[in-house]
Amino acid sequence: MILNASGCLDALTAPAVAQQLDAFVAKTVTLEPRQGNEPPRLAETDHGMLNSIGLQNPGIERFSAEVLPHLEKLGVPLWASVGGTEASDYREVCSRLARFDSIVSIELNLSCPNVDLAAGSASEIVAACREVTSKPLYAKLSPVLPDIARVALAVRGAGADGLSLVNSLRGLALDERTLRPRLGRAVGGYSGAALRPVALAAVYTCYAATQGEMPIVGMGGVESGRHALDLVACGASAIALGSVLLSDPDAPARIRAELACELDTREFAALEQARGAAHRPAER
Amino acid sequence: MPRRERCRVVARESIGPYSLLRLDRGGLDAGLPGQFFMLEAPGRTLPRPFSTCQARKGELAFLIDPIGPATRALCALEVSAAITLFGPLGNGFRTDVAKPLLVGGGIGVAALPYTWEAMGGPPAILGFRSADHAEAGALVPGAEICIEPTLVTDLLPDEPRDLLACGPEPMLRELRRLSPDAQLAWEAPMACGYGACYGCAVEIDGEFKRLCVEGPILNGRSPVTPILAREVGQ
Repeated sequence: MILNASGCLDALTAPAVAQQLDAFVAKTVTLEPRQGNEPPRLAETDHGMLNSIGLQNPGIERFSAEVLPHLEKLGVPLWASVGGTEASDYREVCSRLARFDSIVSIELNLSCPNVDLAAGSASEIVAACREVTSKPLYAKLSPVLPDIARVALAVRGAGADGLSLVNSLRGLALDERTLRPRLGRAVGGYSGAALRPVALAAVYTCYAATQGEMPIVGMGGVESGRHALDLVACGASAIALGSVLLSDPDAPARIRAELACELDTREFAALEQARGAAHRPAER
Repeated sequence: MPRRERCRVVARESIGPYSLLRLDRGGLDAGLPGQFFMLEAPGRTLPRPFSTCQARKGELAFLIDPIGPATRALCALEVSAAITLFGPLGNGFRTDVAKPLLVGGGIGVAALPYTWEAMGGPPAILGFRSADHAEAGALVPGAEICIEPTLVTDLLPDEPRDLLACGPEPMLRELRRLSPDAQLAWEAPMACGYGACYGCAVEIDGEFKRLCVEGPILNGRSPVTPILAREVGQ
């Protein structure tokens, strides 16, 4: 199962790209509209890129009335991504999304590096949302949590059905000439190839902590079928593509084909057989 | 329709400090003057946007100023090397205007040779910071050339003209002040070029909007806050 990382694709400006996916994850929506962060919002670094978009979105009211009806016409299963500044925001947005049958899952963005973190713990936010929706809830976590396994167990206890691992890291780059930050907000989300081993560690750790019982959407620096397979072997049950979509709009179809080849070469009959392979004892 | 295709370098010409990178366009559509392509920059994470400079038969050419790691990598490409192009993207110039005048500044002249050709050779004024940079003026035959401290805005005719312009932000802002209907090609750091990331957002009409979707030609509108494209570099 291949998805996009939330905020890395607009299905309305690029429907043909979204239609290559098994599900489209919408850009994070919040209770009120957000203008997003001051430009400049992008800076490439030697091993990845920084973004500082800041959850720009029209708010749940306009999203429901103006964006969702168009997304529903794409013929692709839809995931919503929900952000907020406190648990009650998340809860209210989830409550308003509950009536849309077209939304098959909700990802709770608990870890955007480009906005002030929400008050309340991840498990409090999950618990608040669980009260108002029966849709599958995925908790999207930051890779810099001191103990990500503990948080994974806590959100499961609060009612999360799955995990989305990982969000981008916080990073900063300076202008060579002025020695001033290149991003308008100084610090941004660091993604791309450098995030790959970080994502593998988070998926590996959470798969082990949850004994493989929670679905995990793995993401972070995936650029090829081999990268996707690595995440699956660590414990991901689905893959999301982020930065790669910016440089390669054909990435979903390409990576799907490459992943199928990788599975075939290693004689895995299905993705599920490869899941968690990194946790199995080495053959002697 | 935008497409993505691997294209071979057929020539790389030095023009002052710039390089004109000519590629075999394969099945790519050249698009409209003022539209742009995302060019894969060897060894870099993100592609870079470039206006179509020339669209001769079977080719696309891009004028590149080697000011950062990506543009330097593109300017170092050898003939027969291949890179991926994606485009044409964005909204181009309206060319059905009565009294056109092309105005370019610095590397902004990149968008004008194709525009000039598509419009049948309208008059043009081009400004550069040095005689070396001004060699790129030869890409627009018959253009009036000026070198700093003379500015293109010093040379504008008194009678109203339909301006189509590309160049540094102070130049565009002054043209906008002098001629509110001018068609201006703006620039912002861009990661995808097709609306995926909201990275190229500029403030237009009180809202942050994506320049790759709304522009880069913003007819009758302009970004409110400075974009500072040069600060983040290519």
